Amino acid sequence: MSSSDNKSLSITESPWAKLKQFTSARIALGRSGISLPTHEQLKFQLAHAQARDAVHYQLDASKLCSDLRQTFRLIHPEYIALQSAAIDRATYLKRPDYGKKLSPVSREALLNYSTQTKEALNTFDYDIAFVIVDGLSALAIETNALRFLQKACIDLQPEKFRIAPFCVVEQGRVAIGDEIGELLRTKLVVVMIGERPGLSSPDSMGIYLTWHPKAGLTDESRNCISNIRNGGLSDAEASMKLRYLVTQAHQRSLSGVALKDETSTTQILGSLNSFLIE
Amino acid sequence: MTSYRHTIGQHNYIFQDLKDLMAKASPTRSGDYLAGLGAVNAQERVAAQMALAAVPLKFFLNDLVIPYESDEITRLIIDSHDAYAFETVSHLTVGDFRNWLLSDEADTAALHALSKGLTPEMVAAVSKIMRIQDLVIVSKKCEVISKFRSTIGLRGRLATRLQPNHPTDDAIGIAASIVDGLLNGAGDAVIGINPASDNVAQVTLLIKMLDDIIQQYQIPTQSCVLTHVTNTIMAIESGAPVDLVFQSITGTEAANRSFGIDLNLLSEARDAAISLKRGTVGNNVMYFETGQGSALSAQANFGVDQQTCEARAYAVARHFDPLLVNTVVGFIGPEYLYDSKQIIRAGLEDHFCGKLLDLPMGCDVCYTNHAEADQDDMDVLLTLLGVAGCNFIMGVPGADDIMLNYQTTSFHDALYARRVLGLKPAPEFEMWLRNMGIITDKEMITLSHELPNNFAKALQRLS
Repeated sequence: MSSSDNKSLSITESPWAKLKQFTSARIALGRSGISLPTHEQLKFQLAHAQARDAVHYQLDASKLCSDLRQTFRLIHPEYIALQSAAIDRATYLKRPDYGKKLSPVSREALLNYSTQTKEALNTFDYDIAFVIVDGLSALAIETNALRFLQKACIDLQPEKFRIAPFCVVEQGRVAIGDEIGELLRTKLVVVMIGERPGLSSPDSMGIYLTWHPKAGLTDESRNCISNIRNGGLSDAEASMKLRYLVTQAHQRSLSGVALKDETSTTQILGSLNSFLIE
Repeated sequence: MTSYRHTIGQHNYIFQDLKDLMAKASPTRSGDYLAGLGAVNAQERVAAQMALAAVPLKFFLNDLVIPYESDEITRLIIDSHDAYAFETVSHLTVGDFRNWLLSDEADTAALHALSKGLTPEMVAAVSKIMRIQDLVIVSKKCEVISKFRSTIGLRGRLATRLQPNHPTDDAIGIAASIVDGLLNGAGDAVIGINPASDNVAQVTLLIKMLDDIIQQYQIPTQSCVLTHVTNTIMAIESGAPVDLVFQSITGTEAANRSFGIDLNLLSEARDAAISLKRGTVGNNVMYFETGQGSALSAQANFGVDQQTCEARAYAVARHFDPLLVNTVVGFIGPEYLYDSKQIIRAGLEDHFCGKLLDLPMGCDVCYTNHAEADQDDMDVLLTLLGVAGCNFIMGVPGADDIMLNYQTTSFHDALYARRVLGLKPAPEFEMWLRNMGIITDKEMITLSHELPNNFAKALQRLS
């Protein structure tokens, strides 16, 4: 839209529009009087609508399970479908404590599963368990989880870990991985979860690792890899970080604040000589 | 421990103790139900409000919601209570206190003189029996002024924090948002970055960059990088040009410890910043952020409702004579404030309680995408706060914070509030905006169509 068009449409463009190339922030939006022009107003409304729909999007757990079975049929065919104690989205949003624990039925199912298998092995049945949780964006899981898991499993292959059946959880929070990991008797749990949708990122997935998971642990016991999505952290980068953290956790028998992600070089300010300074 | 009772018809309501009474009297919010503290139904809530209205204010000095022995904030509240200032209202019940606050006797000077005689629990209690218009009309009578390089909180003024966050702390990306804000008239409360990294070296670079910009353009404002207080102390020790010390605070000692702070540490940080003597018109050097639900979130609320915990955080804030206190009302999420009704009321309660305790209150009028709220609701809260005389609000490009992933007020929103309510920026900053030619009209805030020369030059450096 040329500025003469805008003039006739009562819009004043911002003369600093060329700064838009340096940030995804909504800068130089122009104005009608001092207010937001119509096209920017509606663009914002669409972004909010996408984020809202992502929050309320229902995970198709049975489809995800069958996709998992199909994708990993040769190497790792087992999966377990679980639900948290939050019965619906409204409860989930108001009661984070319910989202952190399994429903009685799911807990029973997982208990039965682990009693069946534990006789054959000793203290820990598995080295690592992947738990896929809808979290605040099932869209993020649907968009990223399977693709990322394939990459991560390939990258982790040389370590020859004993991998637990994949768990798929509906209406879950990060901490539900602790209860699941404890029941599965795994050394390490890796929770893949839909992050709180941002306005420009309704489909962002996060990963949380906990060493020796058990119910009741808090955030300082975990390590996090955040912002996995198209346009965010790539599968390759995230998988590299994951492999680093997973192998370090096994070597040092810990996770959380004592385990720093040293794969990320200290972030450097893009340029110190910002154009604002002469 | 005293129990409290109220009878309505045949029903005798009993409340175990003062904190139970306060919690049951609180207007509905999800966080109090998450904590298992809320009233069981609407009638019990009103019964609690009626019982609370009958409690003498004096009781709050003896019936402590968190014990004196176990909590340094309770000790701070009791030990710093000014009995002389309290005399004006010491004979009143909570219900009478509401009437007094609304009366013409309670003018700006009377409210200011009273503030040190009030405890957070007293102001929390009276807020629970006030409607939104009561909260607004009393807040509007308060005038709390603070100063560093600009003067914040004068009547008829509304300041903004320019919040130029960037997900990777990219210097040019941050500068781009700063330009957008300044040229839209924002930044008089502070230019404050939430850094993506807590790395002290990087935080120091950001502090330096903001200082360079403020100096080069001679902007009468202050900078802040919102990192943990211990990082800021380290930055000061390494010679960084720190204007303001930031810290998130909450209303119980245990919850503050989970944030890695206590009163001594805050004192140490304040002393360090004051010793730099960087303020020009004043030396208020602290910037605090708060928000209902933070004590419960740290599992350290001790059966006290979230709004009372929030008011107790203001006792911490006022001890350090801050430049800015910002209640980040809708950031915490729907498990504490479920929808726009709860967010709007909480924002106005916080502003009211802070102002009665003589704090320079601002509000981050905001919401997350999993809360039942949208831009219309933020317009309502922003307008009400503007009417109530709120000291400052946030300003981010297009209301979308790309680093923290939430929506707060935009530069456009601040211009709207200033225009419809006839509010101006901080006086030193207003002068700068006029001298730069960023705003033109004398009466109504109007933006220029032209770029100021020095910003035009800066943009030329890019091509």
